[in-house]
This record gives sequence, C-alpha cells and structure tokens, in this order.
Amino acid sequence: MSKELIDAVIEMREEDAIKIAENLLNSGAEPLSLLDDCRTALGVIGDRFAAGECFVPELILAGEMLRQIGDMVKPRIASSGNAPEKKLGKIVMGTVEGDIHDIAKDIVTFMLEINGFDVMDLGVDVPAAKFVEAVKEFKPQVVGLSGFLTLAYDPMKNTVQALKDAGLRDSVKIMIGGGQMDDQIAAYAKADAYGKDAMAAVQLSKKWVGEQ
Amino acid sequence: MPKPANFDKLTPSQKLDARIEAWRDAEGIQFASKEVEKAYKERVQLLIDVVRLKKPARVPVSVSTGFIPFEYAGYTCKDAMYDYEKLDKSMMKFHADFLPDVAAPAALYGPGSAFELMDYKLYRWPGHGVPENTSYQCAEAEYMKPHEYEYLLRDPSDYFLRYYLPRIFGALESLSSLPPLTDLLELPFVGPTIMAFGRPDVQESLKKLMEAGKISLDWFPKCLEIDAKLKSELGLPAFQGAFSKAPMDCVGDTMRGTRAILLDKFRKPNEIIEASERFVPLMIDMGVRNSPWGGPPTVFFPLHKGADTFMSGNDFKKFYWPSLKATMLGLINEGLIPYMFVEGSYNQRLDIITDPDIPAGFCIWYFDQTDMKEVRKKLKGYACFGGNFPSSPLKTATVDEIKERTKKLIDDCAGDGGYFIGNGAVLDEASTENLHAFIDTAKEYGVYK
Repeated sequence: MSKELIDAVIEMREEDAIKIAENLLNSGAEPLSLLDDCRTALGVIGDRFAAGECFVPELILAGEMLRQIGDMVKPRIASSGNAPEKKLGKIVMGTVEGDIHDIAKDIVTFMLEINGFDVMDLGVDVPAAKFVEAVKEFKPQVVGLSGFLTLAYDPMKNTVQALKDAGLRDSVKIMIGGGQMDDQIAAYAKADAYGKDAMAAVQLSKKWVGEQ
Repeated sequence: MPKPANFDKLTPSQKLDARIEAWRDAEGIQFASKEVEKAYKERVQLLIDVVRLKKPARVPVSVSTGFIPFEYAGYTCKDAMYDYEKLDKSMMKFHADFLPDVAAPAALYGPGSAFELMDYKLYRWPGHGVPENTSYQCAEAEYMKPHEYEYLLRDPSDYFLRYYLPRIFGALESLSSLPPLTDLLELPFVGPTIMAFGRPDVQESLKKLMEAGKISLDWFPKCLEIDAKLKSELGLPAFQGAFSKAPMDCVGDTMRGTRAILLDKFRKPNEIIEASERFVPLMIDMGVRNSPWGGPPTVFFPLHKGADTFMSGNDFKKFYWPSLKATMLGLINEGLIPYMFVEGSYNQRLDIITDPDIPAGFCIWYFDQTDMKEVRKKLKGYACFGGNFPSSPLKTATVDEIKERTKKLIDDCAGDGGYFIGNGAVLDEASTENLHAFIDTAKEYGVYK
C-alpha cells in the first residue's frame, strides 16, 4: 500500500498521482496493489461526495486518474496471470430511449465498477428492446435507468414494462436516476427505487445483491 | 413611451424606471378588445409589482415552457421546429387553454431546416438524431480543444469564425482555412487575405449560410407575429426580454463541454477564469443589444455549471460567480434586470448570490430544485423569486395532490410579495388536468388579501 499514492488521488493532485504510480511500478511494486490503492482513495472520495464535501468534478478527475493508472498497470497484470477478482454482482446501465445525456450515467457506472460490480453500460438513447436483450444475455441482478429530461419519464416506464413483458421483471431490481427523476417517477415507471446520485446507486445495488 | 433622449445619462435606477414605464405603456400593441387590453395591463402590473418587491394583487403564474404546447395540440416536437403554421396553432392553443400570466417565446424551437442545411452538429433535434417527439438536446463534445484557450483569449470572434463555427456547423468546415480578418490592414494585404473567399469550398459554405439566413429571415418574423398575437389576442405579456449566459457557461456548455470544463477546473484553472472574464463584455452586450424597448426589461440567463453538484461553494466563488456578477452588474447599469434561471439546485449558493454589490430589486431568481423556504428567508426584500414546482407530479400526481402542493408552495413563498409561482424545470410534458389544476389553483389561492 502506498499512502503517498492514496493521498495524491484523494487530494486531486493528478500529475503527482501519475508520477508516483510510475515510480512505484518502476521500482517493482505489485501492479495490483496500485489499483487497490486507487480503490481505497476512491472509497474516501465517494464518502466525501456522499457527505457533500466533494462534487462531480472530483469524481470525474478521480475516474481520469484511475483510467491512466489502470492503463499503466493492465499490461503488467495480464502477464502476471492473476485470476480475475470476484465481483459483487452484475448491473446493466443505460440512458433511456430519446435521451442522449451521458455524464451522470457514466459517473454512476464508474462508481459501481469501483465498488466491485460488473457493469454492462449500454450507452445513451437505449431502446427498451435493447435493455431486454442485455438482461437476457448478461443476467444482471440490477438494471439502472438514467434520464435527464422529463421526456425520459415514459421511456423509463416503457422499459420496465418491456422487461415485464419479456418475463424478466422479477429477475432484476430496477433503479432510476437523473435530473428530473424522483421517488414519484420511480413509482410511475414501476421501478424499485430512485437514487439521487452515484453513491445512492452503489448503496441500492449493494443492498439488492445482499452485500449490506 | 419613446426612449428618453437623455437615456444614456440616467442612473441605473432611472433607466429601469423608464424601461418599466415603456413596458407598462404597451404602445403599438393592437389589442383585440378592451378586455384583452385590460387583462394584459393587469398582468404586466403583477409582474412589475413582483420585480419591484411589492405585493401584487395576486401571485403571478409563469409556466416555464419547453415542448409541451406541441404535445398538447396534437403535434410533434419536430413540427415545432419545421412547420410554422403548427408552431403558431400550438402556441396559441396552449396559451389560450391554460392562460398562465406569462407567454412563452415562439422563437425557442426552430428553424429546423436551417439547422439541417448548416449541418448543425452541436445539437440533436427531433427527427434528426432523437425521436420526433423528443426535445432537442446538446451533443456535448470538446468543440474547443484544451490547448485553444489562448486562441479564444486572443480574439474570441476570430476563434469563433475559424475554429468553433467550422466544428459546430458541418457546412462551414471550410472557414477553418480562412486567414484572420484582422490581417486586412493595408492595401497590399487585401488581395492575399480575401483570396480564400474565392475557393469553391469556401464559396459553397457561404452559399449555404446565405440560404440558411433566408430560412431564418422567413421564420423569425413569424415567431414575432406569434408573440404579438399572444399579447394582442390573449393578453399575455412576455417576461423574458433578452437572453444572455453566465460567462463560465459560455465556455463550459457548448465549447469545452461539461466533462472537459469540470476537468479544466483542476488542469487549467486560470484559463477558465480568464476565458470567462473575456465573455463578460460580450454577454453584457448581447443582453443590452437584444432588449426590446417597450418589452419586459429582463435578460434571461439559463444557469448550468454553477449548480450545487458541479462545485463547492469556494469554487463557485472562484470560478463561476465573479464573471457572472460582473455581467449582471453591467446589465443593471443599463437599467436591465438579470432574470436568473437556476437549473439543478442552489441550496449552497444562497448566501453568495445575495451579494451586497447587487442592489435590491434589480434581479429575478427562478429556481428549479432549490429549497424555497430557504430561498424566501434569504431573498425576501432583496430579489424577486419564483419557480420550483417539480415536473414529476405534473406528469404523475392526482389533481388533488397538485392543488395541495400548489397551495403549500404559495404558503411557503408568497409572504408580502416579490414572488411569482412557476414550475421548476422547462416543461416538455404534463397531464392536462394537472397543469390546469396548478395554474388555476395558483391564480385562485394566490390572491393577496
């Protein structure tokens, strides 16, 4: 564990974090330990976000730092032949049909991955049929529907209905989130819950897969 | 009332008085009847009262209107952007049936065919990248590259002409090959500089621009005609005079994009601040230049990147607020009222926006999701405020729930005036009964005793 790396990530010192990671790798540190450090740092950042002490830019930058460090580490992990780590569960994420907003959805996907979930991100403007297909194939425990606009209300409802029509509704928990979403829309769409931000999505998912 | 000859010599307060009198005057509006004229003038008076922080006869009702008129009238969002007859019919029907106290501007939607001709890449719009019944949406990307802050700072207009416009309009791609027009200083420089305009690709771009211009020239008067009819036939005043933007949003929304600007906060903090400062005079000018004499003396700002989730209070004070405040003060100085539409929430900003440098009674704050009890506590007696009725119940609640929520919002906010009621987010859809219940309850329950 490198306290130096963890601190640099937590304190949003991007250049330092990358340099420290490089030095660690060059001096023979275990590549996976760097990712563990990032995860530790991300845990702190996530808690601070939930507490209103840091904000969306910090989550985005943390994601950027992790991506860069991940790119450095990955080639070395592949060659060392480690077994893939155990995931908490599988989640299908996407922004519903007609809505092309991706920022919030990307942050949720990222925070879910950081917290140990295997996420299939379907992107934006995703038709209900594509969610159905993904649920059939990927067999997730959780489906996350993102939408920024009021015009996402009905596509959310239609997506839940499509899963029901395909006989898949009881196999998944469905959470919704985004700009104009709330508990009332979760009820309207017949989803299981509304999450107000990325950390809420993590909490809901953990609860649903029995991790909390 | 004509603009006073000595307008430029007046104090900001006198300028605002003159603008308000001209608005109240309603000169040049050919009302359909005495009743309509009376209704129009009563509504304008309600709005003037709340802006002046006085107690109006009743709480005015504003509906922040997106694409809802078209769904309501049985048309699509695409129709609003392409078919002026349907635009006209929908706007008139929606406003006539619901009768809020404020008319939405007709020019918010089109002209779609000009966008198509220009190969406008910055947005996807109904039938063009999103379904025909979905509102237009920004297709965010880094239209300005991270290293280009210095070009923008050096000369924003040149940057727009040769870098930004060629990227957001496919039809104008060739303009990226033009030389800077500031080269045109002396006789020997002219030939080499204008040469580029002779090239077939540049000429093709200019032709498309001319054609798109013609389409707009046909469309805009049609929109003004609709706006005029909303006044003269229905007695509904406009409440948005001109438009402007927060300087950091200029850089962040459509140039760098949300993701990039939020990263720039760490990677290029000084550049964000300098670029925002560069936009201050431009945004003041846009607001002043487009303010119609005799119209509402307000300049509408849709605010984005300063919302609670996007940064800490300290970062708001450092990055977002100084250039926004300078823009607001520039408009106030011209007797204009910045009309700030806070998308998302400003629960952590209320102490900052009640800035002592901004005089009382000189701005409007319109909220999407901010806690209105706190808003009233902080803003009463300082600035007119409104908004916050959420979109979700308008779509999904029962009529009785809507009535209760409307009354509660009025109870929380109306106090001694300076308040108008409105929905929070731009409305694209709602249940007809619920929207009626909201507007009618507000009109009835909002009467000051």
